[in-house]
Amino acid sequence: MLLIKCPICDCEGDETDFHYGGEGHIQRPTSSNPDKVGDEAQRDYLYVRKNPRGLHSERWLCERGCGKWFHALRDTATMVISKTYLITDKPPAELKKAGKK
Amino acid sequence: MQKYSIFTLARNAANYHKGWGLAWRSPEPKSEYDIVIIGAGGHGLATAYYLAKRHNLTNVAVVEKGWLGGGNTGRNTTIIRSNYLQDESAAIYELSRSLYEGLAQELNYNVMFSPRGLFMLCMTEHELRGFKRHAHANRLSGIESRMVSAEEVKRKIPILNVSPTARYPLLGALYQPRGGTARHDAVAWGYARGADNLGVDILQNCAVTGITRRGGKVTGIDTVKGHIKAKKVAIVTAGSTTLLGDMAGLKLPIESVTLQACVSEPIKPVLDVVIMAGTVHGYMSQSDKGELVIGGGADEYNNYSQRGSFPAIEHTITSLAELFPIIRRLKMLRQWAGIVDMTGDRSPIIGKTDVDGLYLNCGWGTGGFKSIPGSGLVFADTIANDRPHPIAEPFGLNRFAEGRLIDESIAAGVAH
Amino acid sequence: MSGKPYRIPSSRSQGAFGRLIDRDAALSFTFDDKTYTGFKGDTLASALLANGVRLFGRSFKYHRPRGVIAAGPEEPNALVSVGSGATHEPNNRITDVELYDGLVATSQNRWPSLAFDVSAINNTFSRLIPSGFYYKTFMWPAKLWPHYEHIIRHAAGLGTAPQEEDEAVYEQVHVNCDVLIAGGGIAGLAAALAAAEVGARVIIADLSPRFGGAADCIDGKIDSAAPLAWAKKAVKKLAAMDNVYILPRTTVTGHYDHNWVLMCERLSDHISEADRLANRPRHRLWKVRAKKVIVATGAFERPLTFANNDRPGVMLASAARSYATRYGVTPGERAVIFTNNDDAYLTALTLQDAGVSVPKIIDVREDTKSALISRAEDAGIEIIHSSVISNVETSFGGTSIEGVQIATRTATGRLAQPFARIECDLVCMSGGWNPAVHLFAHVNGSVRFDDTLQTFRPDQTSEAIVAIGAANGHFDLSTTIDESFDKGYAAGKSATGKSRPKKAVPPKARQDERSPLEALWFAPAKGSLNEGNKHFIDFQNDVTAADIELAAREGYRSVEHLKRYTTLGMATDQGKTSNISALGILADTLNTTIPAAGATRFRPPFTPFSLGSIAGTQAKHLFQPVRRTPIATWHHDNNCDMEPVGLWRRPFCYRHGTEDRQAAITREILATREKAGIIDLSSLGKIEVKGPDAGVFLDRIYSNVFSTLKPGRCRYGLMMNEDGFLFDDGVTVRLAEDHFLMHTTSGNADRIVGWLEEWHQTEWPDLKLFITPVTENYTQFAVAGPHSRDILQKLESTIDFSREAFTPLDYKSGELCGVPVRIYRISFSGELSYEISVPANYGLAMWQALMVAGKEFGLTAYGTEPLHVMRAEKGFIAIGDETDGTVTPLDLDLGWAVSKKKVDYIGKRSLQRSFLKGDERKEMVGLLTDDPKEVLPDGCYAVEQLLDKPPMKMIGHVSSSYYSPTLNRSIAFGLIKNGRARMGDTLQFPLEDKVVSAKVVSPVFYDSEGERQNA
Repeated sequence: MLLIKCPICDCEGDETDFHYGGEGHIQRPTSSNPDKVGDEAQRDYLYVRKNPRGLHSERWLCERGCGKWFHALRDTATMVISKTYLITDKPPAELKKAGKK
Repeated sequence: MQKYSIFTLARNAANYHKGWGLAWRSPEPKSEYDIVIIGAGGHGLATAYYLAKRHNLTNVAVVEKGWLGGGNTGRNTTIIRSNYLQDESAAIYELSRSLYEGLAQELNYNVMFSPRGLFMLCMTEHELRGFKRHAHANRLSGIESRMVSAEEVKRKIPILNVSPTARYPLLGALYQPRGGTARHDAVAWGYARGADNLGVDILQNCAVTGITRRGGKVTGIDTVKGHIKAKKVAIVTAGSTTLLGDMAGLKLPIESVTLQACVSEPIKPVLDVVIMAGTVHGYMSQSDKGELVIGGGADEYNNYSQRGSFPAIEHTITSLAELFPIIRRLKMLRQWAGIVDMTGDRSPIIGKTDVDGLYLNCGWGTGGFKSIPGSGLVFADTIANDRPHPIAEPFGLNRFAEGRLIDESIAAGVAH
Repeated sequence: MSGKPYRIPSSRSQGAFGRLIDRDAALSFTFDDKTYTGFKGDTLASALLANGVRLFGRSFKYHRPRGVIAAGPEEPNALVSVGSGATHEPNNRITDVELYDGLVATSQNRWPSLAFDVSAINNTFSRLIPSGFYYKTFMWPAKLWPHYEHIIRHAAGLGTAPQEEDEAVYEQVHVNCDVLIAGGGIAGLAAALAAAEVGARVIIADLSPRFGGAADCIDGKIDSAAPLAWAKKAVKKLAAMDNVYILPRTTVTGHYDHNWVLMCERLSDHISEADRLANRPRHRLWKVRAKKVIVATGAFERPLTFANNDRPGVMLASAARSYATRYGVTPGERAVIFTNNDDAYLTALTLQDAGVSVPKIIDVREDTKSALISRAEDAGIEIIHSSVISNVETSFGGTSIEGVQIATRTATGRLAQPFARIECDLVCMSGGWNPAVHLFAHVNGSVRFDDTLQTFRPDQTSEAIVAIGAANGHFDLSTTIDESFDKGYAAGKSATGKSRPKKAVPPKARQDERSPLEALWFAPAKGSLNEGNKHFIDFQNDVTAADIELAAREGYRSVEHLKRYTTLGMATDQGKTSNISALGILADTLNTTIPAAGATRFRPPFTPFSLGSIAGTQAKHLFQPVRRTPIATWHHDNNCDMEPVGLWRRPFCYRHGTEDRQAAITREILATREKAGIIDLSSLGKIEVKGPDAGVFLDRIYSNVFSTLKPGRCRYGLMMNEDGFLFDDGVTVRLAEDHFLMHTTSGNADRIVGWLEEWHQTEWPDLKLFITPVTENYTQFAVAGPHSRDILQKLESTIDFSREAFTPLDYKSGELCGVPVRIYRISFSGELSYEISVPANYGLAMWQALMVAGKEFGLTAYGTEPLHVMRAEKGFIAIGDETDGTVTPLDLDLGWAVSKKKVDYIGKRSLQRSFLKGDERKEMVGLLTDDPKEVLPDGCYAVEQLLDKPPMKMIGHVSSSYYSPTLNRSIAFGLIKNGRARMGDTLQFPLEDKVVSAKVVSPVFYDSEGERQNA
């Protein structure tokens, strides 16, 4: 049972107070001109996921708190949550570092 | 191969069972194989077995980072059924189910396939309509599957709560008479013994660290025991598919999540069939040992830890305690989890990849155990002939770009 | 049963024996219908032993007679059912059952009786059924397996399931604390004192009814007092502290990620049934989030592996000591001790003190010296070194011990040469101790092998959890006390962030030094491993040393293979007594070391606990909430068939008199079409979107355009998911320039609120708007039919309902009967229709006012099923019928609502993927059966070509099918491959017993020009 702290309202609670929203920082390619997006790009956006064993950036919703979405960095093997940050924030440096490994 | 039968058992008993030898060898890796299969779970072992048995390809290795059958093959709730809605799913699961029927004899290893009958309960009008559609589709596909009345369900499952105060009314059930269970470990062991006997090398404790390629073609694998050359390589590593795919530069529509199950303490028989209840998300059967085997939906977040979170178990048990009030006084004996691949449409991926000579069989989600024989058979055929087996063809990786999804979600509150 | 006096007189040794029992409080209980007497404070085990009962159960596979080997939760053998009727509970360890007056216990897994069990014949044939035998046989002929299985199933299992519904109440509590301590022995108490002194909020839980652990069964002194006296003082001190919670009868069952801990507290199982309060929970499941967890769960003694070590009367040495000290019970009259360590010498001394004759101690070690050993020698007990018990001799049937054979311990040999026989009725064995590392290891704690202890002890973990005392492999009193104070203090300090100086000074403890143990994994009998003699490792599952050797020889060498092949450690005791011994045998067989052979994983729960407590209060009427609309009482009073839809209950139809469903549906449809009908639509989702960018936002959410909708107007919209599949529809109203009200299907309402929020917050946070779910704020119903306008005009209102003023798709607000209302002229039935939305509190009154006003016009309440028939007559789709997650708006011929102009909206790009715009799509069409009375079954399939038998190629299915009372014939929708190109064709639908043919037609069956709804 993960213990999660919302970076917006500062509420700390069980994972059941939150809702998981999958990988973070996925770029939606269609915003500007959907017709120019190739089938592969659309597939990558919809279905292809990094799914790392290790540091993972993901979305969570503070469902029973402030109702806001935010990002968390969680290790998918140890379950350690090392950071939570705003939904509008850029991917943190440690995530890029982990991705290169 | 030492034959297993009541007679050999009796003969060995006279000798205090000193005569039994290895069920499979523990060979050292050769420097080169025609085909290397990564992952000695049920699917990988079945693939190797059928390559040897049906395609006469025996210069084959199955490499495994741990012990054979140590992944999801030994961590599921052993349910076997084929009453799927979409034609493509029904075809592969029914092929698989029908192979289970004769598997003990084929492998000379008792996998204890027990077609005790499987009931998928309908508790809302919507669910009832959905399952009626299943029954019609199944019948025309040649799968024995039909709707039964609430009264018939109650007769078969006397411990089911059908009181007027029950939260959801029982409206009937989709019934597959030849659905059931099998002994999961025995399936892995039986295929391992069969494949080994036909000359396949099963290399346990041989983790793969790389997949080598040259000019868009696979050339072999790096392992903790050194490099192994291979003309063809197949990835069959449920739960870890992304990690292996990364080694070959594959971009995969997969997420790894935990799927949990638990058992009660053993009791004398109270449940002779398999029940699945989608509305409340739970399923239950009773093992031959007497334990009630309980499962539900997958956990929601990506997880490689092989331990699930308690809320999923709690949700499932709460539901089943409502359907079967007598279980409240029983005790939970064990809980465990496996890591399953979830694809974009919750259906598997079987087939070739963009890398020449590299094949993929993954994404079985919650349907892995029941599909082992069929998956192995069509995958072996696909590898041997370097083109998709007709039953495997719809499950190619290209479907995600085309939008040709195979979605069973219509009645998939619980996908088992 | 023997009438011998097994209860030690209170006078003996100044009352040293039986400290937990109250000899003045006799309790009566039954076991297998025979009545016995015990004392308050007894466990069922001690009470039965005191009565001379030695046989408690039958083993799982061989049905061998079994006694009790332990005195705690590790007991593998002695399982009984307790209670009867609704309180019947199978598989209770008699060592954990507290005695109460009137307790009813029944033995299990035997027929017809415990003493004479027919299945004991399995033991005779045991040579035929080694581990894994079932994988090798029962395969021929294949069709007989179900019969074999039937026999296996009935032979297996332990107790029987309860027959009656459990009436007990279970509850759950959620708690946070600074330091959670599992185990209330000396280590746990010391850690609790140290942590509590710092000001930490401490919970200390013990699975037994008392605290102190083994303090009453060990030697040594703490601050010059007996360990028990110190423990009692510590408990008193803790009980007086406000920041300490002491929980007896509470098992810490599991440790989960981020220091979340589950505990099961048993509140009434120890109380006689008559005294249990109806509303008092039976079990309470504690869900604890602890900053620090301290594992002080002690250790389990290992049995030794020798021939027939499972006979009733063979017992763990510590258990025998416990029965004597705590309950004043001697489990025998003449005891032989068999040990590889010093601890069992304490048992020898204790038993002798209790009046049991202890002629010999068989010690596997060579001539070893220690203070304890000297004490035994001084007490006149003969010690036979370098020896083993090679066999246990029993009376006929194996239910009682008559003596043991003693043999020299041979270095490598597997053959014993017995040199002596000792008469005895009790064998106390000790093979060393295994730290109870379970909780430490549940999340990701690793264990390491300790050569001195010859077992695993805690090593590394990423969680804030530590082990202390015996659970950490410390068996010396002084080390345990020092460590526990240190770690308790550190945990308290770090959990509270307070750096208060250490106040609690650890007491000085001393204990006689022990000489080291010597591992012994197997004591040879006559003949070797495989030859007849049974050396049990896993008692309950009947796994022997020979089984482990066989499994290893056959290639099942990993611990996981071994477990699964032999069922080792899979019994209800979860291998607490068997795991390490099995690894010892496996390592010997493979000629390797135990750590190289591997270790099993530990998973929750520590001991099995009730499924009822996991469900907690979420049972019966509290299982799931029922959502009801404000009209629910009226529906109930009017004989409505309510249908569950998600958590909602919605009116399906209303049955008058003796009507069946179909008759009611027909009546309601005809009334609505001919006169007027009213339906409760309150469960439909209602979401308000307000802000300057609300229009832009809805343009991206829906496939059609909403920014151009005029205030005061309504528009039907389609929602796709990002994959391009249709997932919801509904009418959206523009209440004002910056204010929209969306309607969704009932089932999707909550999901869509979340969906809108997610898109707004994560993808388009720049858009200025608020999303507010208002489903339950408004009661909503449709008044439909040719007389609907007449009815509304009859009521007092500020709204002009005339045909000219209130046109189709208009929205007006105002007052109706003095109540604020929003009214939309929208129609799902195809009739002239007004949807009326009022604040929920006015809902029922408004409904009743309309019923009164409508009476003269024949206003009839109708349910959702008649509504569905009417919408089908009109060719309208229903989400969940015509859609199943694979259907696009284009498949349903709804292209007019899929914008080509808008730059972007959800699903737009995906809809252009090759398969979604391909020529193999299943398209929605109308279907008219050749026989108008024949209603196509829902979900049946059309086939490309009719064949004699399956398989047949299917080309599509029936998505909605009804008998239309309006048209007086059946109608249906189908989703048929290239359906629109098949217009006019006749399709074949093979059913189970016949084939139905139907013609492909337009899906609009009634009023295709819409004259009725526009009337």
